[in-house]
Amino acid sequence: MPSEYLGVLIFLMVATAFSIGALVLGEFFRLRRPYAEKLMPYESGNIPVGEPHMRFSVKFYIIAMLFVVFDVEAVFLYPWAVVFDKIGLYAFVEMVIFIVILFVGYIYAWRKEAFVWD
Amino acid sequence: MPIAMPNLIPVMPELVMTGVAIILLMAELVIKRKETLGFLSLISVGLISYLLLGSAGTTFGGMFVSDGYSTFFKLIFMANLVLTVLISPKYLQTMRINFGEYYALTLFATLGMMLMASAADIIVLYLGLELMALSTYVLAGFIRYDMKSNEAAIKYLLLGAFASAILLYGTSLIYGLTGTTNLRDIAVYITHNGLAKNPLLMVSMIFFAVAFSFKIAAVPFHMWAPDAYEGAPTPITAFMSVGPKAAGFAVLGRVFLVAFGSVKTDWSVILIPIAVLTMAIGNILALSQTNIKRMLAYSSIAHAGYMLLGIIAGTPAGISSVLNYMFIYAFMNIGAFAIVIMLRTEGFAGEDISDYEGLGKTHPTAAALMLVFMFSLTGIPPMAGFMGKFYLFMSAINAGYTWIVIVAVLFSAISAYFYLRIVMLMYMKEPKEVIQLNTSPGIGLALAVTVSAVILIGILPAKVLALAQQAVTSF
Repeated sequence: MPSEYLGVLIFLMVATAFSIGALVLGEFFRLRRPYAEKLMPYESGNIPVGEPHMRFSVKFYIIAMLFVVFDVEAVFLYPWAVVFDKIGLYAFVEMVIFIVILFVGYIYAWRKEAFVWD
Repeated sequence: MPIAMPNLIPVMPELVMTGVAIILLMAELVIKRKETLGFLSLISVGLISYLLLGSAGTTFGGMFVSDGYSTFFKLIFMANLVLTVLISPKYLQTMRINFGEYYALTLFATLGMMLMASAADIIVLYLGLELMALSTYVLAGFIRYDMKSNEAAIKYLLLGAFASAILLYGTSLIYGLTGTTNLRDIAVYITHNGLAKNPLLMVSMIFFAVAFSFKIAAVPFHMWAPDAYEGAPTPITAFMSVGPKAAGFAVLGRVFLVAFGSVKTDWSVILIPIAVLTMAIGNILALSQTNIKRMLAYSSIAHAGYMLLGIIAGTPAGISSVLNYMFIYAFMNIGAFAIVIMLRTEGFAGEDISDYEGLGKTHPTAAALMLVFMFSLTGIPPMAGFMGKFYLFMSAINAGYTWIVIVAVLFSAISAYFYLRIVMLMYMKEPKEVIQLNTSPGIGLALAVTVSAVILIGILPAKVLALAQQAVTSF
């Protein structure tokens, strides 16, 4: 029997007991003031029940596209920052160019009022 | 390990192109007269063409190569861009879609094509292909209030995305098989390890053939082309029928002849049926079209079939005749579309073939120009289209594919019916109604350039052919 796994077993037992215990204890002590909105499943503010072909505003697509653009920027920035001191000046210049190009996209989106909701 | 500065000379045209496209996108925000942006892009093409001629070399660790082959294709892209920009402004005004993004997007699309032509690595190839395709999807849907334009963009996007996925699948198989994405390394690995009859290699080649067939609109992967060509703004139809097709042939030639050059007998089995089907379906379906843009779409499908013969031949003569034909095709096709654009006026589409009835009487110059382009597309001497077809078919015969050339000539004869029908309608029918022509200095210049190119290359074909032959020596 590999005894080094004993700690994991104890951790599992404690974690299970703690989470069940917290739920059971909460049941006794917490206030209960239900109303319709609170009982609804959380769907980021959308009404969760309805027709499957629900239409939602086209503005969400613009937000999604902007998110993708700046998300990709973040994805590139992290590994670059980690090895920054090893890869030299050229990589720094290249990243500056990359961010400048994204910044152009940012200015374009801003001037085209992509950040204005109404 | 610090990353060393790569040699930027070979990639300089692309860098300038990127810079100009970004500047145009920014200038669009402040400049009210959008024609200025078109003028700026024309100037940049001059600069880029100058840089192109001194750009030979390999850079980015062998991923990017600028050789005669890529330079020849890039010159076609430049001609395509210039002619498209010249025929666009008036049409954009007529259609009330005069937005500056148009010029930035055409520049980005051309940049993608240039990357494709120079790609010595499948990753660079894919990058260029996506840049080209994404820009073209947007341009196809540029008439935002028009349902057909939206349909064109959506169909093009969905099928294009499908083709990209297939290309990536083929790439992943090749990478799994050879452990590299560099085209020359793939070729070396295949010959050294005797992969000639490997089923995975075969599957991967099929995927590549399918993906590139989508891009050049070869049957049975042509379904998007008529709808996309019909719905897109006409200058963009002209742009799409030359640029992405040329870029598709550039990568088709490079991938199949460099990476898979040693297993030519295997992939020619895939490409021969595609070529025959493309010529058959393209020419036969063009017969029954009533819309001129759809007819030219099927005609461009058929021309892709002819050009595939040169790739199938696989000899330097075959490749140089593909280059030569693509160059000629760019001028004659954009010329024909320029006439189609002229017929478009406010409230009158001018896209029905019957609208050409009696054009010879009402507008003799336009009709004469259309006649030249139709003769050239059919392949009647002394127009350039004849010389292009002649060299293509000769190279295929010399490579031993006589029966395919016989098929091609037969279908080429069928094509005479739908091209010459337009000539017949223009000169042998009475005009139904008076058609106003929507001319502009830009269209006039584009027509002058295209018609003189078509006639000059037809009479003196040696110059362009010699350039094309020179281009493939470094291949």
